[in-house]
Amino acid sequence: MFGQIFEITVLNIRNLPARLGSSSVVVVGIGGVVGVLVAILAMGKGFESALDRAGAPDRAIVLRGGSSGELSSFMDTDAMNIVASMPEVVGSSGELFLIQDVPKRSNQSPANLAIRGVAEAAFEIHPEVEVVEGRRFETGKAEMIAGRKAAIEFEGVDLGATMQFRESSWTIVGFFEADGSAYESEVWVDLATAQSAFRRPGVSSMRVRLESPEVVDAVAKRVEEDPRLDLELRSEEDYYAEQSESLTALITNFGYAVAAIMAIGAVFAALNTMYTAVSTRSVEIATLRALGFSGLPVVVSVVIEAIALAALGGVIGASVAYVGFNGWTVSTLAGGSFSQIAFDFAVTADLLQLGFVWAITLGLVGGLFPAVRAARLPIVTALRGE
Amino acid sequence: MSGVGLVWSNLFRKKVRTVLTLLSVLVAFVLFTMLRSVAVAFDSGGFGPAGVDRLQVSPKFSIIDPLLISQLREVERVPGVAAVTHADWFGGIYQDSRNFFPKFPVSPKSYFEMFSEFAIDPDQLEAFQNTRTGAVAPAGMAARFGWEVGDKIPIEGDIYPKLDGSRLWEFDLVGTYLHGDRRDETGSGVFLFHYDYFDEAKQFGQGQVGWLTVRVEDPEQAAEVASAIDALFENSLNPTRTATEDEAQREFARQQGDIGLMTTGILAAVFFTILLLTGNTMAQSLRERVPELAVLKTFGFTDGSVALLVLAEAVLLGVVGGALGVGLGTLAMMAIEPQLQQFFGLIEVTWPVVASALGIALLLGLVVGSVPALTARRLSIVDALRAR
Repeated sequence: MFGQIFEITVLNIRNLPARLGSSSVVVVGIGGVVGVLVAILAMGKGFESALDRAGAPDRAIVLRGGSSGELSSFMDTDAMNIVASMPEVVGSSGELFLIQDVPKRSNQSPANLAIRGVAEAAFEIHPEVEVVEGRRFETGKAEMIAGRKAAIEFEGVDLGATMQFRESSWTIVGFFEADGSAYESEVWVDLATAQSAFRRPGVSSMRVRLESPEVVDAVAKRVEEDPRLDLELRSEEDYYAEQSESLTALITNFGYAVAAIMAIGAVFAALNTMYTAVSTRSVEIATLRALGFSGLPVVVSVVIEAIALAALGGVIGASVAYVGFNGWTVSTLAGGSFSQIAFDFAVTADLLQLGFVWAITLGLVGGLFPAVRAARLPIVTALRGE
Repeated sequence: MSGVGLVWSNLFRKKVRTVLTLLSVLVAFVLFTMLRSVAVAFDSGGFGPAGVDRLQVSPKFSIIDPLLISQLREVERVPGVAAVTHADWFGGIYQDSRNFFPKFPVSPKSYFEMFSEFAIDPDQLEAFQNTRTGAVAPAGMAARFGWEVGDKIPIEGDIYPKLDGSRLWEFDLVGTYLHGDRRDETGSGVFLFHYDYFDEAKQFGQGQVGWLTVRVEDPEQAAEVASAIDALFENSLNPTRTATEDEAQREFARQQGDIGLMTTGILAAVFFTILLLTGNTMAQSLRERVPELAVLKTFGFTDGSVALLVLAEAVLLGVVGGALGVGLGTLAMMAIEPQLQQFFGLIEVTWPVVASALGIALLLGLVVGSVPALTARRLSIVDALRAR
């Protein structure tokens, strides 16, 4: 039996070059589906990971009670001190979060640039933030450091340049990276200078480092029950997961929907090709059957051929998605912070694997029906040539 | 047998192949219709049609800055301004953050005068004007959440707590209004409540508004009026940036990133794939029919008419597949639109999208059919018949 399958498969693959044109239809069709699927899902993955990376397990964010994000939150120094002196809190940073209209480089249209006013402590709380070019801003001066992605996306964010926000102008003295997280889409300035320049007393949010990730719930409860505080504490991981949830889901569903519709088209094309492949070889197949080959090996061999072509298409599609899109930076208005967040397409290994699984499945569907028809073909009719 | 009959019987010579080819063209145009409609909605911000005689006055530096209600009086005096109203972004959560819909505090009379395309019962507008805690909702939204006039609508203020420290705002639904477009069916639109109550009860920011909407006397003068308004506040603490409603909506849409570019990229990939697939199938179907075409020529069909026959077959496949695809895509879009509205706003399959789809379908047929048609034209009877 396996010998027969092997024989027929080899025979099929040998005369593949003769059917190059029609076989390439299967490869291209399925390659297109896999390429589009992987590229769109890579976009969702990239956005999710930019926000995921902004959170650390032992860090928590404190916002005004009821606030859905940093932009609508504020608190005064007294409240900050109460939280900072809690026993499980080992470090804290009060941060002012603002947005300003700055034109994007791509279309000159104003978009929301996130500005974060921070004190020295912020760099201890966020060790992933690392100045990679230039230097940090000096306390008390109107200087700023810009995230790498903010520099890519926004007009005028160049080292040594000055940016004008209302009456204040700020000199860009350095660029920072932050492990590819959403912070890289922000510019950071000195907290006290920002508070006076933007006429904002107090801070928007507070980041705290806890002695261990396990105490988050206990501290959250303590903050909630303190009658002096109208604040909420959440782990950063939960906070950022919530922020990325709906857009990631939208992109992912969109990717699956487009790919599924395309897949229907590709399956039609594969069926077309395989039906034709079977009908042009009906005499050969019938001859084999007459020689004593049973129906099953014929079915299996046609299916194997379809799957082989589909797999090739899958590899090509996934490769094109990887080469063409991996690391490509795009930016969007993130719901939670209402600011631009730039992120890179992330074509991960599991996406490549998913694309390959799709390819094989489509190949199987496209090969099965023609294979069954080939096996059922009455030998005599086929040998007579139609 | 007529030419049309020949095309027809050629198409159904191999039913399975014709149907499969037709279906793959159809699928491409289902995608085209849906993706283009989303992109069009996205580029316009999905707010529905903008008023040509309306301007939006926003804070100059950032949407987080306020404007003052007192600025409204000054704008009213600018020459060329016919009317002014105001609104603000309330944020707010109704039951669950997934239930998102925009909520604006407004001055009832002037808001509905400005947006005269919205239809509201005069008695309900009067009730809205006279009820401090009053609110009106789009009729579709009220249906979506099961609200009746007279209900209390509780909303948690995530941006604005109340003066007494509580975050719970309760509004009395005194009426509903209609947009006169698909928003009425899908339940989107804006929940409107009384500015006076909001201004009095909020914890901070008294006398502030988010933006102003201006009606100009003459749309031709819009640019001059906009500059005059901005000049008025240039050196104040609340400088402004004024743009036409259409521009303001597009600017906001551009903030979302270039979705248009992305969908165009996907469509290009789809069409490249489909073109190759159908092109190949057509060429194959022609190769099998070479002897038949030769027979036609023997009967006295000219080179041109044989070529035309082949081309007509391809065009027919393209146009029929395209038209069915547009139809199916429109139905599918209507089905999923309510889920997409939160992200893209109002999505409609517009006539330009339909027209461009049909144009592309025709082009697809011509491109795919031209090579086999040329081959058919050049076919020499002797060689073709001998091939048999």
